[in-house]
Amino acid sequence: MSTTLEPPGAAAPATGTPDIRGAAVRRGDRVFVGLSRGAGILILVTMAAIAVFLIWKSIPSLQANTANFFTTSEWSPDAKPVVFGIAALLFGTLMTALIAMLLAVPVGIGIALFIAHYASRRLASTLGFVTDLLAAVPSIIFGMWGIQFLTPQLQGFLQWLTTYFGWIPIFQNDLGIYTRSILIAGIVLAIMVLPTISAISREVFVQTPRTHIEAALALGATRWEMVRMAIFPFARPGMISASMLGLGRALGETIAVALLLSATYEINWHITEPGGITFAANIALKWNEAGTIGLSALVASGLVLFVITLAVNMGARLIIARRSEFSGAN
Amino acid sequence: MAKRIDVTDLDVFYGSFKAVEGVTFSVEPRSVTALIGPSGCGKSTVLRTLNRMHEVIPGAYAEGTVLLDGEDIYGADIDPVNVRRTIGMVFQRPNPFPTMSIKENVLAGLKLDGKKRPKSELEGIVEKSLRGANLWEEVKDRLDRPGAGLSGGQQQRLCIARAIAVEPQVLLMDEPCSALDPISTLAIEDLIEELKERFTIVIVTHNMQQAARVSETTAFFNLAGVGKPGKLVEIASTEMMFSNPTQQATEDYISGRFG
Amino acid sequence: MADLTRREHDESEALLHEALAGGHLPRWSALGVAAASVAVAFLLNLTTGVDGVAGTAVVAMLVFLVGQTAWSFVVEGRRHAIDRLATTFVYATFVIAVVPLIAVLGTVVVKGAEVISVEFLTTSMRYATPTSEGGGIYHALIGTLEQVGIAALFGVPLGILTAIYLVEYAPSMRTRRLAHSISFFVDVMTGVPSVVVGLFVYTAFVLTLGLERSGIAASIALTILMLPVVVRSTEEMLRIVPRELREASYALGIPKWRTILKIVLPTAMSGIITGAMLAIARVAGETAPLLLTTFISQSINTNPFKGPQAALPTFIWDQFTNGTDVSVNRAWGAALVLIVLVMVLYATAKLISRFTGVKSS
Repeated sequence: MSTTLEPPGAAAPATGTPDIRGAAVRRGDRVFVGLSRGAGILILVTMAAIAVFLIWKSIPSLQANTANFFTTSEWSPDAKPVVFGIAALLFGTLMTALIAMLLAVPVGIGIALFIAHYASRRLASTLGFVTDLLAAVPSIIFGMWGIQFLTPQLQGFLQWLTTYFGWIPIFQNDLGIYTRSILIAGIVLAIMVLPTISAISREVFVQTPRTHIEAALALGATRWEMVRMAIFPFARPGMISASMLGLGRALGETIAVALLLSATYEINWHITEPGGITFAANIALKWNEAGTIGLSALVASGLVLFVITLAVNMGARLIIARRSEFSGAN
Repeated sequence: MAKRIDVTDLDVFYGSFKAVEGVTFSVEPRSVTALIGPSGCGKSTVLRTLNRMHEVIPGAYAEGTVLLDGEDIYGADIDPVNVRRTIGMVFQRPNPFPTMSIKENVLAGLKLDGKKRPKSELEGIVEKSLRGANLWEEVKDRLDRPGAGLSGGQQQRLCIARAIAVEPQVLLMDEPCSALDPISTLAIEDLIEELKERFTIVIVTHNMQQAARVSETTAFFNLAGVGKPGKLVEIASTEMMFSNPTQQATEDYISGRFG
Repeated sequence: MADLTRREHDESEALLHEALAGGHLPRWSALGVAAASVAVAFLLNLTTGVDGVAGTAVVAMLVFLVGQTAWSFVVEGRRHAIDRLATTFVYATFVIAVVPLIAVLGTVVVKGAEVISVEFLTTSMRYATPTSEGGGIYHALIGTLEQVGIAALFGVPLGILTAIYLVEYAPSMRTRRLAHSISFFVDVMTGVPSVVVGLFVYTAFVLTLGLERSGIAASIALTILMLPVVVRSTEEMLRIVPRELREASYALGIPKWRTILKIVLPTAMSGIITGAMLAIARVAGETAPLLLTTFISQSINTNPFKGPQAALPTFIWDQFTNGTDVSVNRAWGAALVLIVLVMVLYATAKLISRFTGVKSS
């Protein structure tokens, strides 16, 4: 748009220089530019404000804390003495997100491949619609569904897993109870982040130049070899950032996890046993019972979550941005 | 190394649309056959049916027979993947894999069969293929650099090197020079002249001078009418076609009256 | 001599055939293996500990994978076996995507439909307890409509304005630093967890500015969540408005701001509306920020600026965590209403974008 035929009235006020004629034109544009730029700046201010307020309001609890914030698992910020830490939260958050990623990344990429290169056009658009619908289901409903539908369905499988693979420590289950576990929360999270991963991967898959696909096939590649030769190398940055955006969602997901986990503040590697807690779920669960220091402590944990998701998302965006510079050559 | 091709009564369909009808012709081994004709006449479609590349377009299928030295490439026990390995293809736009180095590009097809080859053998193949594509001298010092960094003409020769690295019997070229400048075009045409010593070559071209320069045999395709399938109007030695065509449409086309 | 060339010829023909030919599984192979795998899975179901529909299905799938791959490996060779394995996996992911959606929607519809009645839609929880029948979602419905409505009232115009700045004004500015950072942080903002936004609204507006925990506080949180989605979708729509349209308008001497208002926005309108509706649908189901910024009310409160106000998501949360049968049923009823609300918004948006407006590539 910046190239040709910009009328003087349009370009000049935008540059902010007051050297154009026609006051009426200028006023209208100046108001409009001001409004729209203001809206944009408001977004920057909001982002900055989120950081500032989270830091500011977490200070009281961090000062009152008598335990190490990073290595403590216990969460008793309103007790005397004040003891709380994020170790269990961090463990639960990372573990559920990790399980979700292990399941959702291959499946999400598979769905994207199916839509982009395997299915007929009709089937592809249906499946695209299905994954979009999946994204539209509110997270609290996933939580309820996870408890009342998925958990009973998984009982047999989880018992089987413990019976035959219990010798692997993470599948060991000493309690004989298979509900409200990190594994189930991870599975539900996987379903929830599936649309994110598949939608973004699909977008880059369909951009793979037809010429690269044909080059691979003409060399005598099978379809899968073509995918590995032409599509994956082209789409790799997109797949990585899709996964990272999915990861960001899994890390910050609140209500479904709050419903699904049994909220115990300890690090338990037995992922099929009840237990576990995440940053987001902890905030939702403890909010209404928290005192002044308790609220501040929750804000502090929220700050850590904010920083983690920010890092993950910024990383994903930077990868996408770098890729778009590259693809300019094609 | 080089094989002959016999096409008999070939019809090609895109879904319910018949794109090409009743094509019959033969291609001699170690020769260059040019397919010419106006846009949309089905010459590229016919070319793609020679190594079953049309099958990658959803809904496309062909009827009729295509024999490679008497072997029906559409036969029941024939694997299209192997057909494409035996009959290589070079495309309109140079399409080296952007994430691979020059060397990896040349070896891309070879690596598919999963056989372990000693490094020296691979290097030998890289050199031989690049020499075969008249590219060796220009790139021998930067084999590990990305193939996308080459000029358009070099990229196209890299694609030819990639195609001949798997030692195909036949080389199909789909307007290989249409995206190139005149000097690069000349380099490719010289290369075709050398390649026909080893391969059977079928080339689709828009450029009649090019057909006249590089081919022994020329086939002229034309549309029977708007919305009707493309047909092979006539095929003859290039000399005959350009000096004394038997069909009025051929003469009109090569004298530039349409197309 | 002739004999020799003859033999050579035959040999080369045999070689050629070998080069071109390849084993094929019969056409019915996939169905055949599938049937066999289901049979094996049933057998295992009867004889061993594998039980449940899900377990049997998983076993059948695994048997299918192994069986087909092995068969293909023997007949067609390693490369085709791997290709078939990958194809099976890709098709299986299709099932994996569809099954949860059907299961979720099915569960909500089945469990929710039992509860839904006129009474459920038109009464509040004022006279109902966790153990008593009756009561309904009227108060929550009002709360959701008001909170989401107010959020849309702020979020949609702000989002459109930001997009206008990014697409229409920023490219002709001397420095694009501001636009670049806005654009970047819009993307980053999409990824901020909703619970963090709730924390922010609470600490900034409730703790610091003294706003009551109320409907309006929830609306502010929802606005922040909605904003980046609206910006992105509007941006996309503005970008596909052809430049020729703008230039035609400039050539008539129409100033830029009027061109945007009279030419660009109307052209992109249906797309912008679609994007806005999707954003609204997205935030309508948000629970965490509401938990942090409102108090859950059991009775009708039409004033978003004062006092506790319910909303559908917090209603569901409240009822579901009560844990009694009646309460959980009410939660499912409310979930059905919420999902219908979201899906209607969603489907309308998709229909609008399909049948009107500028076609995106």
